[in-house]
Amino acid sequence: MAEEPKPMSLEDKLGLLTYKNDHQTHIKLLDANVCLKCPDKPCATGCPAGVYVWDEPQKKIVVSYENCIECGAARMLCPYNNIEWQPPRGGFGVSYKYG
Amino acid sequence: MADEKFDSIVVGAGPAGVSAALTMAQAGLNVALLERGEYAGAKNVQGAVLYSKMLEDVVPEFWKDAPLERAIVEERLWVLTEDSGIQVGYKSAKYNSVPANCYTIIRVEFDKWFAKKAEAAGVTLITGVTVDDVLKKDGDIIGVKTTEGDRLLADVVIACDGANSIISQKAGLHREWKPEEVALGVKEVLFLPREKIEDRFNLEGDQGSTTEMLGDITQGMLGYAFLYTNKESLALGVGCAVDDFQRTRIKPYELLEEIKRHPMIRRLIAGSKTLEYSAHLIPEGGYNSMPPLYTGGMLLAGDAAQMINPTHREGSNLAMASGKLAAETVIEAKKRNNYSARSLGLYRKKLEESFVLKDMDDHKDIEEKVRQNRDIMTIYPKLACESAHEYFIVDGLPKRDHQRRIIRRIRRQRGIFQMIKDFMSLRHAIG
Ligand SMILES: Cc1cc2nc3c(=O)[nH]c(=O)nc-3n(C[C@H](O)[C@H](O)[C@H](O)COP(=O)(O)OP(=O)(O)OC[C@H]3O[C@@H](n4cnc5c(N)ncnc54)[C@H](O)[C@@H]3O)c2cc1C
Ligand code: SF4
Repeated sequence: MAEEPKPMSLEDKLGLLTYKNDHQTHIKLLDANVCLKCPDKPCATGCPAGVYVWDEPQKKIVVSYENCIECGAARMLCPYNNIEWQPPRGGFGVSYKYG
Repeated sequence: MADEKFDSIVVGAGPAGVSAALTMAQAGLNVALLERGEYAGAKNVQGAVLYSKMLEDVVPEFWKDAPLERAIVEERLWVLTEDSGIQVGYKSAKYNSVPANCYTIIRVEFDKWFAKKAEAAGVTLITGVTVDDVLKKDGDIIGVKTTEGDRLLADVVIACDGANSIISQKAGLHREWKPEEVALGVKEVLFLPREKIEDRFNLEGDQGSTTEMLGDITQGMLGYAFLYTNKESLALGVGCAVDDFQRTRIKPYELLEEIKRHPMIRRLIAGSKTLEYSAHLIPEGGYNSMPPLYTGGMLLAGDAAQMINPTHREGSNLAMASGKLAAETVIEAKKRNNYSARSLGLYRKKLEESFVLKDMDDHKDIEEKVRQNRDIMTIYPKLACESAHEYFIVDGLPKRDHQRRIIRRIRRQRGIFQMIKDFMSLRHAIG
């Protein structure tokens, strides 16, 4: 039996990456009320970097834009077009070494 | 950079953009190539299989100095259920040619090399700039604006800004993609010593193999997983339709972890160490989702124009070929000094005459057919594996009983008529 690969958490995966963080966000949620009524919150599961997290006490989606790996999928994941995603300003964001 | 004027501005230093810029510079045009990454490749993700023919058309004898990983001598397709798999492969000594039909590459290394070739041909490469708008005059595109407010002017802008193309939207050429028009790919590069790779994949020297995996591995989502061999690493990834991620609420990184644990894959990657995790969109809407390919003063090439053939994991080759044809269109337009939509319409004609639009057209219905009939992603792999199990098992039962069991199982799970319908609809879609 081959050895089981050690399961890797998302934090472990993101920890391998190099980022140059911008102080300003490149992701905006257009209307927090839309998220309140959104039943499935697919941004919270479909984003490959876990950028969108539902905060139950605050009743809102918290956006960790600095973890974004810039796939752009969030724009299409949100069924209500509530996510405005732009590529970060020139030179900022993730830099892959292998790609 | 105030209001500088170029013959052409190319946005995006991926395979489409570099091919376009290089081709124009070789014809003596004054070209700027703008890239938002800190270096060419910084934002880019690919499997990555590189096809020789289209690169050779842009850089003859590229294999002499390009950073290639392994020459692909074997291509495998695995149809998997949770615990079993059927393997089909094609290995041929014919593949031992120079150049090989295709190679694996480390995409970031490759993009850096490719962009250097463009610079050597006279292209002005500017990295670390994000274009966020186009400049228009009388309805035609005359340049671009960056996030830092710089304006650059050109006779023609070629949008090679990939799957998340902003400028084609700003130019009014296309709307946002729909979730079913794009796939999300996640990938890891796993370090493994050379000898282990060669042993486990039955390879010699710099030979390599590719493995594509269909079936339960994507948990019912439309897509596939892949495992490619590099010199000292493996590339393991999976791409599925964004509307399926939306619908199933499967987390892409957890899907990748489950794939790593599949009994057919676990042993191949055992003891490896993850070097990098990455994600990128794949515009898989095909022919029917393609935006208009040009307007006055602007052309679109590569992923920005949805030029992906999802049934053959081809994208970078279509990007290179379309980038080159866009450049040739601009070179001819310059001779006429006419950059109107009418003049640039030649681009579409060139694409129609090349394999690019022929292949896109031939495969235009396949995704839609599978989507209408999602079950075939899981039922056929299951049936195939169960049938194989019956066929090979030696348990004292007469062979004729096993054969009957296979037929009964097929009838129960799908029905002969439904199978014929599935087959005909797919055959029609493949053309
Ligand atoms: C997981 C995965 C596996 C794949 N495997 C294969 C494979 O094995 N073989 C294959 O042939 N294809 C494969 N593809 C597809 C292939 O990667 C693409 O088709 C190809 O990269 C498209 O090239 P492009 O030049 O059009 O776009 P890209 O390679 O995406 O390049 C676009 C460039 O534009 C830059 N850019 C974007 N926006 C801006 C802006 N606003 N301002 C300035 N610069 C900008 C980006 O940083 C990038 O450098 C794969 C894709 C994925 C995601
Ligand atoms: S999917 Fe859209 S509407 Fe729903 S929670 Fe996320 S951002 Fe809000």
